[in-house]
Amino acid sequence: MPWENNKSEMEDPKSELKIPTMAQMAAEGKEPELLFWVGCAGSFDERAQKITRDICKILQHVGISYAVLGTEESCTGDPAKRAGNEFLFQMQAMTNIEVLNAYAVKKIVTGCPHCFNTIKNEYPGLGGSYEVIHHTQLIQQLIDEGKLKAEGGESFKGKKITFHDPCYLGRANNVYEAPRAALEMLDAELVEMKRCKSNGLCCGAGGAQMFKEPEKGNKEINAERIEDAINANAQIVASACPFCMTMLSDGVKLKEKEQAIQVLDVAELTVRANGL
Amino acid sequence: MIAQIIFIIILAAAVYLFTKNAGKIRRNILLGRDTDRNDNPAIRWKTMAKVALGQSKMVKRPLAAVMHIFIYVGFVIINIEVLEIMIDGLFGSHRIFSKPLGSLYGFLIGGFEVLAVLVLVACVVFLARRNIVHLKRFSGKEMTAWPKSDANYILIIEISLMVAFLTMNAADYKLQALHVGHYLKAGSFPASSFIAPLLPNQATPLEMIERGCWWFHITGILAFLNYLPYSKHFHILLAFPNTYYSKLTPKGQFSNMASVTNEVKAMLDPSFVPEATAPGRFGAKDVTDLTWKNLMDAYTCTECGRCTSVCPANITGKLLSPRKIMMDTRDRITEVGNNIDKFGKDHNDNKSLLDDYISREELWACTTCNACTDACPVNIDPLNIITEMRRYIVMEESQAPASLNGMFGNVENNGAPWKYSQADRLNWAEK
Repeated sequence: MPWENNKSEMEDPKSELKIPTMAQMAAEGKEPELLFWVGCAGSFDERAQKITRDICKILQHVGISYAVLGTEESCTGDPAKRAGNEFLFQMQAMTNIEVLNAYAVKKIVTGCPHCFNTIKNEYPGLGGSYEVIHHTQLIQQLIDEGKLKAEGGESFKGKKITFHDPCYLGRANNVYEAPRAALEMLDAELVEMKRCKSNGLCCGAGGAQMFKEPEKGNKEINAERIEDAINANAQIVASACPFCMTMLSDGVKLKEKEQAIQVLDVAELTVRANGL
Repeated sequence: MIAQIIFIIILAAAVYLFTKNAGKIRRNILLGRDTDRNDNPAIRWKTMAKVALGQSKMVKRPLAAVMHIFIYVGFVIINIEVLEIMIDGLFGSHRIFSKPLGSLYGFLIGGFEVLAVLVLVACVVFLARRNIVHLKRFSGKEMTAWPKSDANYILIIEISLMVAFLTMNAADYKLQALHVGHYLKAGSFPASSFIAPLLPNQATPLEMIERGCWWFHITGILAFLNYLPYSKHFHILLAFPNTYYSKLTPKGQFSNMASVTNEVKAMLDPSFVPEATAPGRFGAKDVTDLTWKNLMDAYTCTECGRCTSVCPANITGKLLSPRKIMMDTRDRITEVGNNIDKFGKDHNDNKSLLDDYISREELWACTTCNACTDACPVNIDPLNIITEMRRYIVMEESQAPASLNGMFGNVENNGAPWKYSQADRLNWAEK
């Protein structure tokens, strides 16, 4: 969006966002500590692109040496696999593993719970074993190490924030505390929805539902879910998945609650709190 | 003596019939494809102890958990009494444990009575939840006449057994007081002593009541045992092996199909020589394409509906109900088994789990969110069956919904599920 070109950022070389690619790093003979796996939504979806840049801002802020694959990255194969297309999944997986292994990648952070689950759990059986974390886990680690605080930016004091557990982060991989730890740092009022953690309700996008019309029913799943947030009187729904982001944002629009409820990724909240 | 002979005949017939029918279920389960679930025995024993024996996943719904514990503990512990009844029946003795156990016997019988009352209370509450309160979880498209009756039969049988047990003790208690024949002072009767005043005071009718209830109780238990293989109540047995063979990998991890790996490797590297594997179907069209664990899951399901009540698709009015997936799988494997018994091993009835039992609309409504697998108190995995059937539809039939075929095409050609060029993948960095 052209109006988002932030002049002050351009003038301040410190905050200029540099995004190194693995290819560049390799050409310079460098091996980054961490690979940031952006994912398809993070690469192409406008709303998710903002989150991607925010994750980069955090990485740059704390001074981790990282890189992205850029045009060498391809879909992990997750939607194909959940939809039953194992051929396509394994084609994607093996091609990606070849690229990752060629760069001798050891540690990966993902911006998407689906990429996280697939690379972490399903790639090892096909020859791709890496230490994989989700970006909320990275944020938690950085907080624990004292490298990341919530200062110098927007104050969330007193704001009611609720966390929507993405299925592929929560139930699928038992990551419930990391995103909450990142939110606790904000000094906001954390509220839980009626259905949370292992009882969390899906946003409706998983299992390749994102890419098809829903079957006939009497309600949209995201409408059902956003009602939980409305009932919890949340002002901010924190999410940690680009697909949940789309579904929940649509749910807010559907209920005409744009004025009352914001849907923001944990990374975005972190960036705002630090004025990055 | 005649009583002993009748008892032996009934017992032998009951054990024979049960073994035969349980054997059929075992055979049916083994019609499934092989899968290895023998790794990590230590973790498996622990899972079984926690989930089946310890009922750890029941507690999410506290009222049901407490009531269920009453029935479960009652069922397990009152079986000690059944052991005595068996021995008495075989040898014509009466309360054979009373002498060797001494004062402990009174404590035991008293404990059984308290448990029997708790079982009664729980069964009445459960009946009320199903038939008066009409809890939503117990209704639904798949809850047709038989599953509803099945649930009520189980509760009514359990109530009858407990009433017979308590009435038998009440009559015994009175006979002991009357110093009749072999009714020696034994046991304590904290519950049945309240029933005693309702019974006659003469020895003969009391003896008839005591004997009648004894026979009703033991034949009732043996009949109930033989009802299990036809009922959802079989979960009391299969819950244990089913939790032992639980999926131990993260819930989000779907299996990588080895047959596909071979083909994909051969495509990517022409010099690759795949190991010879038996040609088979990709995914599942019928129950015999599923693994034995899927089939064990189906026989373990007790239709409690916790899975369906947390399913996002079901909550929002879609056709999918994970409980129906399990019930359909069991109905179909039972049908396949019956066909084998009637027509031999290679009979083809031109029916399959897909379309004849489970519709495509149900399968495509799943968000793979794992709420169902998380909710199941005995670690049943409906999601795995749904995935296997999607695999069949996509890889054998190429019949995925059109929009998903579009997504597949995009992933294949552009490396993303949407129509964007891979060359633009880093454009976000320049914004």
